[in-house]
Amino acid sequence: MANESNDTVNVTINGIAAAVPKGACIIEAAEQLGIGIAHYCYHPGLSAPAMCRMCLVEVEGAPKLAPACVTTVAEGQVIHTESERARAARTGTLEFYLLNHPLDCPICDKSGECKLQDYTHAEGREHGRSVEPKRVLGLDDFGGDILYHGNRCILCTRCVRYMREIAGDDLLCVVQRGHRSVIDTFFEEGVEHSLWAGNIVDICPVGALLSKDFLHKARVWDLDHTPSICPNCAQGCNIKLDTRDNLVMRVRPRLNPAVNSYWICDYGRHHYEWINQPERVQTPLLRREDGTLGAVSWEQALTAVLARLQHRPGPLLVIGSPMLGNEDNGLLARVAELLGGGELLYRSAQADHEVVCPGFPALARRHDLSANARGLELFGFRRTGDAAGEGGLPAVGGATVIVLGDALEDLPAAFGHDAALMVVLGQRLTPAAANAHVVLPVCTFAEQEGTFTNVHGRVQRFWPALQPPPLARPAWQVLGVVLAGLGDGAPAPTAGGAFMRLGELHPELAGLSYEQLGPLGALLNEPVQLPAGKGA
Amino acid sequence: MAYPYRDERETRILSAHFGDPAARTLAGWRQRGGYQALQQALGMSPEQVVDIVKNSALRGRGGAGFPAGLKWSFLRNDGRPHYVLVNSDESEPGAFKDRELCRWTPHQVLEGALINAYAIRAQHVYIYMRGEFFEPAQIVARAIDEAYAAGIAGPDVLGSGVGIDVTLHLGAGAYICGEETALMNSLEGRRGQPRVKPPFPAVFGAFGQPTNINNVETLCAVPHIIRNGAEWWRSFGTEKSTGTKLFNMSGHLVRRGNYEFPLGFNMKELIYDVCGGIRDGRSLKAVIPGGSSVPMLAAHEIDIACDYESVAKAGSMLGTASMIVMDDRTNIVKQVRRMVEFYAHESCGQCTPCREGTEWLARIMRRIEAGQGTEEDLDMLVDLGKNMTGTTICVLSDSAAAPVISSLAKFKDEYLALIGRAAPVAAAV
Repeated sequence: MANESNDTVNVTINGIAAAVPKGACIIEAAEQLGIGIAHYCYHPGLSAPAMCRMCLVEVEGAPKLAPACVTTVAEGQVIHTESERARAARTGTLEFYLLNHPLDCPICDKSGECKLQDYTHAEGREHGRSVEPKRVLGLDDFGGDILYHGNRCILCTRCVRYMREIAGDDLLCVVQRGHRSVIDTFFEEGVEHSLWAGNIVDICPVGALLSKDFLHKARVWDLDHTPSICPNCAQGCNIKLDTRDNLVMRVRPRLNPAVNSYWICDYGRHHYEWINQPERVQTPLLRREDGTLGAVSWEQALTAVLARLQHRPGPLLVIGSPMLGNEDNGLLARVAELLGGGELLYRSAQADHEVVCPGFPALARRHDLSANARGLELFGFRRTGDAAGEGGLPAVGGATVIVLGDALEDLPAAFGHDAALMVVLGQRLTPAAANAHVVLPVCTFAEQEGTFTNVHGRVQRFWPALQPPPLARPAWQVLGVVLAGLGDGAPAPTAGGAFMRLGELHPELAGLSYEQLGPLGALLNEPVQLPAGKGA
Repeated sequence: MAYPYRDERETRILSAHFGDPAARTLAGWRQRGGYQALQQALGMSPEQVVDIVKNSALRGRGGAGFPAGLKWSFLRNDGRPHYVLVNSDESEPGAFKDRELCRWTPHQVLEGALINAYAIRAQHVYIYMRGEFFEPAQIVARAIDEAYAAGIAGPDVLGSGVGIDVTLHLGAGAYICGEETALMNSLEGRRGQPRVKPPFPAVFGAFGQPTNINNVETLCAVPHIIRNGAEWWRSFGTEKSTGTKLFNMSGHLVRRGNYEFPLGFNMKELIYDVCGGIRDGRSLKAVIPGGSSVPMLAAHEIDIACDYESVAKAGSMLGTASMIVMDDRTNIVKQVRRMVEFYAHESCGQCTPCREGTEWLARIMRRIEAGQGTEEDLDMLVDLGKNMTGTTICVLSDSAAAPVISSLAKFKDEYLALIGRAAPVAAAV
């Protein structure tokens, strides 16, 4: 493992010799070697106070055990994380953690993803030795979505440091000292004014900070975690959709150092109910002779669409959706192009101002409260409507209208009744949408694979987290069939294939593929070079 | 006002003017040779001053006994602002030497601090004084005013062109703020919690700048060393523990008080001859030789020299030389319980072994004292004490465990008596 580089030092951890980056702390170095070191107060996104004393490791030559979170690696260092001394220190410290802890795991939301639980199971004593009554504290409302369970708190101060260093607002502090220490807010002012406070629930290693929204809603071991992109603004924060029973239960950040670090804003975090849409279009619908919509098969519906589009009456109006992927909107734009072009519009709600995350300024809740406006602009769509994402649509009498994803909720029930042809690829049948000649049930972003392009032109993938209604299909798949019918070649069998098709049509996407985007995405116009042999 | 007890065997250097109110004023201090050493130091290069202190082998009087000159030499002349901090947060149960030095000889403290500042090229001296030291604070504040008015502190110290400001800062009542990095946090207006070292104060101290922090007594020795030379200082004490030291004698003694002796003075002689032995004709049970955070010594272990090495050899520490003497009526368990409760109250709460451990020890000690302990509890106390030792940022945790572990080693019978496994200790009350 000899390494000549000046940027690395050679260390041996648990007998594994390796070159690790100079200046890294032992926890980071060990992690690179696949060695986990228990810790509470250390968090890679925050400063390290070395106070939880869980990460003490044995460094040969040092008289005392060293905190791995603040001890930087040095050339020739020999480190043991599993020596008897290190293990005994962890077991001893864990016992102290449980002195006042209520051990109420059965009713604690954190149970199952709690570091106190994990480490105690792994290395704690089998039996507690404390016979005295435990200290009992009440439940404290920290304002906003946050509850504080003082009894469970291990005083790692991650939340205090997060509020100071990342949220830029010292709203939490440790009050009192010694064993009387608790986390508290200042008098009656809580964290309710911070847009970034929700992250403290995620970084709390135990069940001390809880989300009121998620309180007793699900056991975490019942949740499925799907990597996704927050659809609620143009930042494109990387998230995990935690789902159960085909419903999103909560949203949590996923690390992307270029976009959102470890954090997301509370707006994105709590704006997920719309993804759990209860009333969906279940089957393709076709307007019958008597003027009513009736369920038909996909074949019948698509045959009807193609038959009518081929001699399309009147001017063409296409409405895209910034809540759906590049694949969906890109292929929709291609349909418009093959039909001789028309007006391409989209609507998106907008906030009054951006809210920048003080401790990670690349992250902000953006003006644009939708995921993919940048992608839609790239495909030739033009923004219309007001800041609420409403209005802005022209009269459609005698025109051909194709609507994707936009529920047309704000429009009068008569909208589109005089259109020469109206095709809706949607999820819900609102009064305006019900004027369509053909309604095709499509997936939400959470039910399919795809990509969004964020405000900085970063193309990022999302994955299916929910089951769509049985007959709903991803819009890119439906539009692929339409395009094939219009003579544009065979439909792409996968979302990745549809994305590659866009690369042929738009030079900004050329050279990008799903494999190259990976879990963290890539910028437009900057195709990623993969190591030889791994390219698509 | 005469100082309560004196002894003709003492070597009074730092405490020469204890009990002499006239020494408090600038004029009085000058009459007694004050500020000559500062004048002398200003005539040397800062490095020369550091060398003299180094050669004197003066060791820090705050408890750890680290060589002061060596600590001063860690600071680099790198153009960054430097600070001198005077640690006057004396809060160790049993210690009352810095209080007396500040009360009787405020200018001695100032002179030492100014020499220190000149030696490390510091522009500012902060005297961090324990908040409860209300009277000493007033006296030191008056001395600072006098020093400014006389041009001893301020932009041009004694006409040398060197500027050194002096600020008195009062703490808010936390024992832990006597720990040097907690003191810095407190001075900066943060929570008084010890910092992780490294970085050490010489590199990253108060306000993030190179800082030299010394105990009051250490600094009080400095003017004498500058005036009389390093050789002279080394003529007192032992080879490794040089000079004189204030011994704070408290507890069941006939004549309690501050006594100044060269290091290496015999502990037994100190207790029996100087302090007149144990009060009320009782006999000695135990001595805590260096403030409450060091292990206790049993009566038969005290025929030792009071210097850093000898006390360490006996299994304890000289610490601040604050001796708490306990007679045969002392209930050791109760005494240890009270000390542990003190540490539980004063733990800053950062490190888990200390935050939870100190309180747990206190709970167990209370239970044992109430007669509800078991033999397993005694083993557990030792085990918990070990888990609290060497596992935290500062040594408060170790300090809380020390009296428990040492009393269990030396006075286990008293514990066993309380849990009904041994005959009651006859004299215990």
